[in-house]
Amino acid sequence: MIYKVIAKSEFKRFTDALLRDNTSFGPRQVDTDSRGKAVYQFLPVTSSDDVAFDYTATASSAKHFFLPFREELSRFVFQDQEWDQQISYEGNPIVLIGLRACDISALNILDDVLLKGHFPSPYYLAKRKNTFVIGMDHLPLPDCFCKSMNHHTISTGFNLFCSDIGENYYLSINSSKAFNFLKECDTRDPIDDDNCRLVERRKIISDSFRSEVDVTALPSILDIEFDSPVWEKWGNKCLNCGTCAMVCPTCYCYSVEESFDTNLKGATRQKKLYSCNLVDFAEVAGGHNFRPKNGDRLKYRYYHQHRGFAENANQQICVGCNRCGRACLAGINPKDVINDLRMEKESCLTNISSSPDRI
Amino acid sequence: MKHRGFTFEKLKIASFDFTCCEGCQLQLANRESTLIDFLELLDIKNFRELSSEQFDDYDIALIEGSISRQDEVERLQAIRRQAKTLVAFGSCACFGGVNSLKNKFSLKELVAEVYPGMKVETMPVKKISDVVKVDLSIPGCPVNKEEVERVMVNLATGSLVTLPKHPVCFECKAQLNTCLFELGEICLGPITRGGCNAVCTTGKTPCLGCRGPSEEINMPAFVELVKARELSLDDLQEKIAFYNAFEGFSNHEA
Ligand code: SF4
Ligand code: SF4
Ligand code: SF4
Ligand code: SF4
Ligand code: SF4
Repeated sequence: MIYKVIAKSEFKRFTDALLRDNTSFGPRQVDTDSRGKAVYQFLPVTSSDDVAFDYTATASSAKHFFLPFREELSRFVFQDQEWDQQISYEGNPIVLIGLRACDISALNILDDVLLKGHFPSPYYLAKRKNTFVIGMDHLPLPDCFCKSMNHHTISTGFNLFCSDIGENYYLSINSSKAFNFLKECDTRDPIDDDNCRLVERRKIISDSFRSEVDVTALPSILDIEFDSPVWEKWGNKCLNCGTCAMVCPTCYCYSVEESFDTNLKGATRQKKLYSCNLVDFAEVAGGHNFRPKNGDRLKYRYYHQHRGFAENANQQICVGCNRCGRACLAGINPKDVINDLRMEKESCLTNISSSPDRI
Repeated sequence: MKHRGFTFEKLKIASFDFTCCEGCQLQLANRESTLIDFLELLDIKNFRELSSEQFDDYDIALIEGSISRQDEVERLQAIRRQAKTLVAFGSCACFGGVNSLKNKFSLKELVAEVYPGMKVETMPVKKISDVVKVDLSIPGCPVNKEEVERVMVNLATGSLVTLPKHPVCFECKAQLNTCLFELGEICLGPITRGGCNAVCTTGKTPCLGCRGPSEEINMPAFVELVKARELSLDDLQEKIAFYNAFEGFSNHEA
């Protein structure tokens, strides 16, 4: 990693050129909600003026740039009695600007799952390696809990990360591409004062978290609470809409559909992002559904996010962005569900093993 | 057509309209990029909007519209006797549709209002499955041509015909739409079957549930969320009643 300091005006010049010359996406305001709050999404940007640098967090994550909501895996062409399968791993170079630390952490988690397993995904890889990621730090929203998940800081997974130290950005340069791009710009090595400001900035960010989710021993609590009534309670609220997984930066589930072209001369195999909260997620041929109940489906989403599956070494995959909590119309959010589980666990402790009487 | 040893027979199809606006049939002539290929799949036996020829040896009957007169009942029963696969085509056929709003009033009152002084035979609106057995439903007001094409291709190739089981929200999220509830409106997306690509909400118009209930909807939780946001329960009722698609889910609380 190389560290540099750049004046904000110079950074603007840098991004203007970068965004103009590349297909780029960054945070933009799309709406103002009924409570007067701005709603942001990652959308195409062509200059620094398009980028809402002071944005909070996007409603949907940046996941779909790597795992599109719908993606063609292969095409089939029928000819005479033969057929031909065509596969292309497309990844047009893009620039993604403005990702938060938790967003980049999420990409690192997806890397673990999709690139480090037995069957690395060439589709994901093509997009990941062709994406130039610029991260930017920010003060957390009141409901962000990435600090609890230890994803509020980041040291890898990006090309460039900008920490706001007042007049300047403190740049962490993590790729030769970023280094070369920046050669054209007026930057300098950090001096003591910059380093102090960076430390201070990090402290302010760290002290600004207002939501905490106690995740100590959470994987084992989840195991113990497998049959907890908490799941039914929250499950009863669930609309099975899949919104939580769609906006989540780490949910990577998908379904695969094959369909003929209307002219019957070809066919397509498509992958579409899916969610374990949808009613037919665990439905198999013949119609049997392994998870017919809302509560079971919701439980599995929490299991995967907060306990982890074997395929990613039993690591939690939730980064604590609370996008799922914000988007859920039914008010289901990790903080309340996990606290509920903990209370359940603790009440059972006080009930069953009350302290022995003194004397 | 022959591929890999399979022979695809053209589908002997007929389309009939009952009480409706014929908007769903019109959709069949839509989507020009694949229209010729689509028509290639079909051996059209009877189809007022596409061809003037009429034959009675069809296998598949698309039924558009709801039933609101006795002569329609008889015509529908005759079609049922001929069709191997009878398809309820569009929301009027599947649920009664907008026409069902009529059922809230007395027939006398209605005739006096719409056809004053005339003698008009009419009866309360019924969906197709109230009258004959329906083999397949393709909901939508209007139907989504892409879905119709997929269903026809599946019928021609003998593949399983299914409708999406997830609600509209799921597709809405893939378009990065701001949820209309966040903008202070009631949207039926969470209880409505997807498959329309959230076309209304993407245009910032709330879903009125034209595709009917999604699989295993959670009506109590849905009513709860409308209440929690202090939105109008009358508005909710009105939306739910719009296509008559949520009949079985009347909510007592709202
Ligand atoms: S938890 Fe919320 S967002 Fe997720 S499926 Fe259930 S209702 Fe939808
Ligand atoms: S939480 Fe559910 S949707 Fe998300 S990755 Fe895990 S199994 Fe898939
Ligand atoms: S589960 Fe929720 S809080 Fe965790 S990463 Fe996904 S969207 Fe963010
Ligand atoms: S706008 Fe409607 S369809 Fe879209 S997410 Fe909100 S409730 Fe669901
Ligand atoms: S969004 Fe709702 S009303 Fe609009 S087409 Fe889809 S199902 Fe019908």
